[in-house]
Amino acid sequence: MKTSIARKVSMALSALFLMVFLLQHFAINITSVFSSEIFNDLSHFMGTNFAIQYIMQPILIFGVVFHFVMGFILEIKNKQSRNIKYVKNNGGANSSWMSRNMIVSGFLILTFMGLHFYDFWIPELKTKFIEGDWTGMIEGEKGLRYFAELQHKFVSPIRVGIYCVAFVFLSLHLLHGFSSAFQSVGANNKYTRALSKFGVAYAILIPLGFIVIALFHHFNHC
Amino acid sequence: MSVLDSKIPEGPIKEKWTNHKNNINVVNPANKRLIDVIVVGTGLAGGSAAASLAEMGYSVKAFAYQDSPRRAHSIAAQGGVNASKNYQNDGDSNYRLFYDTVKGGDYRSREANVYRLAEVSGNIIDQCVAQGVPFAREYGGMLDNRSFGGVLVSRTFYAKGQTGQQLLLGAYSAMNRQIGKGKIQMFNRHEMLDIVKIDGKARGIIARNLVTGEIERHSAHAVVIASGGYGNVFFLSTNAMGSNVTAAWKIHKKGAYFANPCYTQIHPTCIPRSGDHQSKLTLMSESLRNDGRIWVPKNIDDVKEIREGKLSPTSITEENRDYYLERRYPAFGNLVPRDVASRAAKERCDAGFGVNGTGEAVYLDFKSAIQRYGKEKALVIGNHNPTDAEILEYGEEVIEAKYGNLFQMYEKIVDQNPYKTPMMIYPAVHYTMGGVWVDYNLMTSIPGCYAAGEANFSDHGANRLGASALMQGLADGYFVLPYTIGDYLANEIRTGTIPTDSPEFDAAEKDVTDTLNKLISIKGTKSVDYFHKELGRVMWNNVGMARNEAGLREALKTIREIREDFWKEVRVPGTVEGINTELEKAGRVADFLELGELFALDALTRNESCGGHFREESVEVDGEQKGEAKRDDVNYKYVAAWEWTGDAGKAKLHKEELEFNNIELKQRSYK
Amino acid sequence: MSGTKDMNLTLKIWRQKDQKSSGKMVDYKVNGISPDSSFLEMMDVLNEGLISKGEEPVEFDHDCREGICGMCSLYINGEAHGPDRAVTTCQLHMRKFKDGETITIEPWRAKAFPVLKDLKVDRSSFDRIQQAGGFISVNTSGNTQDANATPISKDNADKAMDAATCIGCGACVATCKNASAMLFVGAKVAQYSLLPQGQVERKDRVLNMVKQMDLEGFGNCTNTGACEVECPKGISLENIAIMNREYLKASLTKEE
Repeated sequence: MKTSIARKVSMALSALFLMVFLLQHFAINITSVFSSEIFNDLSHFMGTNFAIQYIMQPILIFGVVFHFVMGFILEIKNKQSRNIKYVKNNGGANSSWMSRNMIVSGFLILTFMGLHFYDFWIPELKTKFIEGDWTGMIEGEKGLRYFAELQHKFVSPIRVGIYCVAFVFLSLHLLHGFSSAFQSVGANNKYTRALSKFGVAYAILIPLGFIVIALFHHFNHC
Repeated sequence: MSVLDSKIPEGPIKEKWTNHKNNINVVNPANKRLIDVIVVGTGLAGGSAAASLAEMGYSVKAFAYQDSPRRAHSIAAQGGVNASKNYQNDGDSNYRLFYDTVKGGDYRSREANVYRLAEVSGNIIDQCVAQGVPFAREYGGMLDNRSFGGVLVSRTFYAKGQTGQQLLLGAYSAMNRQIGKGKIQMFNRHEMLDIVKIDGKARGIIARNLVTGEIERHSAHAVVIASGGYGNVFFLSTNAMGSNVTAAWKIHKKGAYFANPCYTQIHPTCIPRSGDHQSKLTLMSESLRNDGRIWVPKNIDDVKEIREGKLSPTSITEENRDYYLERRYPAFGNLVPRDVASRAAKERCDAGFGVNGTGEAVYLDFKSAIQRYGKEKALVIGNHNPTDAEILEYGEEVIEAKYGNLFQMYEKIVDQNPYKTPMMIYPAVHYTMGGVWVDYNLMTSIPGCYAAGEANFSDHGANRLGASALMQGLADGYFVLPYTIGDYLANEIRTGTIPTDSPEFDAAEKDVTDTLNKLISIKGTKSVDYFHKELGRVMWNNVGMARNEAGLREALKTIREIREDFWKEVRVPGTVEGINTELEKAGRVADFLELGELFALDALTRNESCGGHFREESVEVDGEQKGEAKRDDVNYKYVAAWEWTGDAGKAKLHKEELEFNNIELKQRSYK
Repeated sequence: MSGTKDMNLTLKIWRQKDQKSSGKMVDYKVNGISPDSSFLEMMDVLNEGLISKGEEPVEFDHDCREGICGMCSLYINGEAHGPDRAVTTCQLHMRKFKDGETITIEPWRAKAFPVLKDLKVDRSSFDRIQQAGGFISVNTSGNTQDANATPISKDNADKAMDAATCIGCGACVATCKNASAMLFVGAKVAQYSLLPQGQVERKDRVLNMVKQMDLEGFGNCTNTGACEVECPKGISLENIAIMNREYLKASLTKEE
C-alpha cells in the first residue's frame, strides 16, 4: 500500500469485488418484483446462513470501508499533488464528468448507504442480535417478513426519490469505474475493450433495475 | 609548413584507425576517476560522449542550456542514420559509404576522418539497438532500411520520422544511468560563457546558471565542446530557437581555429515563411521530392493573380507551368542534390515567380504522382475501368500511406490541404558543415579542448549527405572521442584536482561578468531580436545560397555596422540575476555578429563553388554545364582554418591542404 | 495561408518573479496578430511590445518550435498546449482563436513541477524518474552483438516506437486532475518491456521508476484519460495498463 500503483490496484480490486456483490444484490432484489416467496426464501437464506453472515458479510463490510477510505485518501493525496490550482481549467475538453467526479458520486453513494443501512441493515441487526429473533417470521403471523419490510420501506415518495437519485449517481460512478478498474489492474487489450461495452450496459442497467424495483414497490403498494 | 597538424596516422586508409587505437595512450582505470571531463552540449555527440566517458570511469560534468539533456536539437532530425551494414545485400561497404560521403562533400573533407566514420557506422546501430532504440523493422523481425539522399544503396536506418529523437533518447538513457550513479554531474539550464586556459591548456569553463543567474566556475582536465551548429546566424533556420555558436565561438576567441565557416547546407523542402512574424522554419523530409514535381507559373501575370488570391494554382494548365528542375536538369529532374534544388528555387523567386505573399515559395505538386499511383492501384485491385474520382481516391491513399504525417504537419502549419492544392516550399538554412577545426583526435587547436558533432568541421566537407549528421554525432561521441581523449589525458594523471581560485579563473569570470553587465547597462532602443533579424537579412541576402564578391564585401561592412550599433543600442531588460531570456539571447547574438563577419570573410576568400558554397564568379562558362557550379581544386583544395586575432574581420587564415589518395576528384554533373 | 485579417486579443497571463515569490494573473493586449502565426510567435509579438515599453518580457520555455523537443509548456484556456489536438504549443496556430478573444495562459501546475518564473516550470522530476531506471545497462564498446542478432517482431517494435515517441513535455501531468505522471512513466516502462533488450532489468526498472515517481510528489492515476487526449504525441493509455501489469508482476515475483 506504499506506492501509487499498489493503492490504485487495491482500489480496483475492491471495486471489482463490490461490482460482483452489486450484481448478486440485484439478482436477489429483482425476484421481489416477480415473486414474494422466492424473494423471502432467498432473503432468509442470506440472512441466516452461517457462511454469508459470518464470512461474506465481514468481507463485504471490509470491502466497502476499504473502498471509500482509500478513495478519500487518494483524493486528498491527489489534491496535494497540485498545490496551486489553475485559474481556468477546461476539464470537459478531455475527460468525462464521471471520471473527474468519482469522489462526488462516491460520496453521495456513501451518504445514501447511510440511509440504506438505517432502513435495512440496522433493523436487521436489531432483530437478530439484540432481540435474538432468527426465525425471519413476521411477529404473530405466518410467513417470512422480508417482502413485507421491503414494501413498507417504499411507501414514502421522498425515500423512493432519494433511492432513485442515489442510483443515478451509482450509475455515473460505475460508468467510469467499471472500465477504470480493469485498466488499473493492467488489463487493457482487445478483450477488455469489448468488455467496456458490457461495462456501460452494466453501469446503466443495474442501477436502472434498482430504480425499477423501488418504483415497482412504491406504486404497487399504494 | 602549416601550423596545423592534423595528426592523421600513417598507413593504408583501412588500417589507420585500428593502428591508431592500438598505439595511443590509455589511462588506467584507477586513475580515470581522478580525471574530470567537461562536456558542453548534450545532443547526440555530447550526450553519447558524456555517457561513454562516464562508463569508462572518468568524472564527467555535462552542461545543457535546456531544462533536460533530452531536448537538444538532435531530437528534430527526421530521416535516419546511415550505416554501412549491407543488410540489404546491395553491395554497400565501408568504402562505398566513405566514397559517397567524400564525393557528396564535394571533395572538401579529410579522407582519413571520413573513412573512420564509415568504419564505426555499423557499431552505432549495434549500440543503439542494445540501448533499446526502436528502429523500424520488417515483418521478419530484421531491421528495415531505406535509401536516402540520392545514393545508390539502402543504408539508412530509421525510426518512423523521428530517428533523431530516438537516437537522442538512447544517448539520454545512457547518460541517465551514469547520472544516477553519480558518474555524470548534470548541469541543466546552464550556459557555458567562456573557456579557462591555464598554461595553454583547457582547464575549465565559466558557466551561467540560467535560473539563478549565478556565474559558476568548473574545472576539468579536458573540455569537450558539442554545442551543435550555428545556422541561427541567419536568424531564420530549421535550428532550435536556442541553438547558438557561443561555446564554439568562445573557444575560438581563446585560440581554437574555426574551419570553413561558410559551408552551410540550405535545405530545399521547408515550409515557406508566412510573414514577418515568423520565428523559425520547419523542414519537411526531402523524401517528398521522390514524388512531388516542383514548378512555378510560366507567366508573371499568373503569379500576380495567385498572390492576390484571384487564381488557384490547380487551374493553371500544364503548358503554363514551368517545371524548372526538369527543364534545367533532365537527367536528375526533381531529385538533384539539395544545394542545386535550393539555388534553382531561389533563382526563380528572384526573377519574380515566387508564389506566395512574401514572393519566396515554389510549388511542390503531387498531382501527377496521385494520378500515377491511382492508376497503378486500380490495376492492382482489379479495377480495370476506374473513374477519375476513383483514381484520385486510390492515388491519395497511396500518397497518404507514404507521406501522411508530413502532409498533416503541412496542413497544421499552412492551413491548406496538400492533397488538393500543391504544397508550397522554399529553401531554409539547415546545417552548418563548418565548425571548430579539429585534428584526427577531434582535439581543437587548444590542447585539452575537443569538439564533436556538428560543432566541429570534420567529416562532411562542403556538403552533408542526408542521414549523415546523426551518424557523425554518434560516431564522435560513442566511438572516437572516448578513445582519442585518453591519449591526452594519460599525461594528466598526476595533475590532481584543478583548483578554481587561480588568477586565470578570476580573469575569465571577470570577463564574463563584465560582458553581461555591459549588455544590461547599454539600455538602448532596439531589442535583441531586431539585431538578430538585421544580421539574418544580410546573411540571407548576401551570404546565402549564392554569393559574389560585391555582395560579400557589402556584408562584411554591414555586419560590422550592425555589430557596432548592437553594442550601442541594444536594450536588454531585467537584471543579470535570475532568469533572463533576453540576456541569454543578447550574448548569443553578440557572438553571431562576430561569427557572421568571419563567415562572410571565409566565403569571400573561397573564390570557388563547392558543395553548399556557390560563388557566382566560379561557374562553368560554356558547354553542357554552362552556369553550373565549378570547383577549383588547384587553388582551393584546402580546409580554411581561421585564427582569432582580436577582430572577426581580420582573422588569420591557415590552410590545411587536403590529400586524396583513395578517391579520384571529379566535377559533379546532374544534367 | 488562410490570409484573413489580423487579430486583436486580450491575454491573461500568469506572472511570477521567481520560485519564491507568489504570482498573479496580469492582463495584456496584443494587436495585429496574423492568424497564420503560431501561438509562440504571438507571444514573441507581446514580448517585443513589452521590451519596447521598458517592461520585462514574459518568460516561457520553448526551443525547437517544431513540436519535438518537448520544451514548450503552456496551459492555454484551460487545456495543456491549447485547444488543438495532437500538437504542442509551438505548433498551435492563431487561426484556432477568434479576433477579440480573451486567452488565459498559465504554467503547468503540479507540485512536482514548481514554477521558476512566469510560465517556466522545473521538470527535472521527469529526469530523476528516468535516472531511477529508464535505461538499459549496456556499455559503449564497439563489440555489442550485431543489431540483427535478435529479431524483434514488427508488431512489438512498432508498439515500442509508439511508446517511445513521448517528448517528455509534461502535458499529461499538467492536464491530469491528479497531476499524475503515469502516462509518462508508463510509456517508458512499456517501451523497454516490449523489447528483448529490456528484459534483464525489467522488474527493477518498473519498481524503481514508480518509487521515484511517488517520491517526486506526482498524484495517482484515476484513469480519466485526459492525458491521452492532450498528449501531443498521442501516447496511448494502454501504456499505463502495461505499467500497472509490469508493476504487479514485479512486486509479486521479485526476490527480496
